[in-house]
Amino acid sequence: MCKRTREFRVSTLAFTILVALGSFVAGLLGSLTGLGGGVVIVPLLTLVFGVDFRYAVGASLVSVIATSSGAAAAYVREGFTNIRIGMLLEVATTVGALIGAYLAGLVSSSVLSVVFGLVLLYSAFASSRPRPEHVVAVKDPLAARLRLDGSYPTPEGEKEYHVQRVPLGFGLMLGAGTLSGLLGIGSGAVKVLAMDQAMCLPFKVSTTTSNFMIGVTAAASAGIYLARGYIDPGIAMPVMLGVLAGALVGTRILTHAHPRVLRIVFALVIVALGLEMIYNGAAGRL
Amino acid sequence: MAPPAVSDEEVELRLGKLLQIGVLAAAALVLAGGVGYLVEYGATPTRHTLFVGEPENLTTVGGIVASALALHARGLIQLGLLLLIATPVARVGFSLLAFLRQRDRTYVAITAFVLILLLASIVGLTP
Repeated sequence: MCKRTREFRVSTLAFTILVALGSFVAGLLGSLTGLGGGVVIVPLLTLVFGVDFRYAVGASLVSVIATSSGAAAAYVREGFTNIRIGMLLEVATTVGALIGAYLAGLVSSSVLSVVFGLVLLYSAFASSRPRPEHVVAVKDPLAARLRLDGSYPTPEGEKEYHVQRVPLGFGLMLGAGTLSGLLGIGSGAVKVLAMDQAMCLPFKVSTTTSNFMIGVTAAASAGIYLARGYIDPGIAMPVMLGVLAGALVGTRILTHAHPRVLRIVFALVIVALGLEMIYNGAAGRL
Repeated sequence: MAPPAVSDEEVELRLGKLLQIGVLAAAALVLAGGVGYLVEYGATPTRHTLFVGEPENLTTVGGIVASALALHARGLIQLGLLLLIATPVARVGFSLLAFLRQRDRTYVAITAFVLILLLASIVGLTP
């Protein structure tokens, strides 16, 4: 289990600077493309810097909380977060995060690596597809009883939306939470699947509500990782500061549109990292 | 059902700002600890490839606070990370207050459940 792929022996100062720079680029690209930087932190730390998988996941969770909480105020100003949907689904993601963090202590790094690679491939695939909007005009009795329906501003005035298939969305969120606790990622791709496709939320509502939930989900598993000694200050420090700085610079550069070419390049990087994670996991080298 | 005293949006905006302050304060603590850490260990070789776990003073809330108060660099970083983990938890706590004020029993129960799970994970009560 503790076999090392690569020796990465440098001074702590050099290690810190290199990890901070890599995390800065990850945070910047994640914010510019809207794909999130957290997803590349674990591959960066394990494949490039030879960091142990558990330490890498712990540091990644911390960076996910930083970007999600740091961006919360900006999202809220747009005014579309549905706090009831967020809180209801947080029951699922938090329980899932605890299950994931528990499983992470049982599963070998090789298996985690393969699962991580598959999630990376799915994220890249999902980001390359068009996102059709499915706003529905029919009321769902369960959603109405839970008062999940809402409205959001459009150029044509306030538009109402009705939430659909709450149990399916809840189940998918349980899965998203489990992946988050197991792999230290925000699971944005699965959350978007649950909210856009299953629950038929408008994008502007699902994107902001998803961000609102990511920090809480990551905090649930980060607590466990911290208590287990999986969060090392020497690794988490440059990752957190680097990703946060990158994300802040990214949001300054642009607020809404995500440049297409950059998205494609970043998606290809994610595919390459995904294949490398699967290969390394299958070869038992992590 | 009485109309809510405070609008959801207003609550959210305040919470968003609270989260931002929490993140910036956490980042400042991590940065301060990080500088001390590099001064102390900068020249020593890295040893992150092997998992060794962390000592108890960096894994429990009491241990981290004590270590940070003693101005240990690693303790300061860990306190910043603990504060960062606490920001979304505080957000859930404030949402609970907002639902209580709105007398929304269903969502008080839902939010309280999430909050209990989060607190239990941080103090190490979960497996």
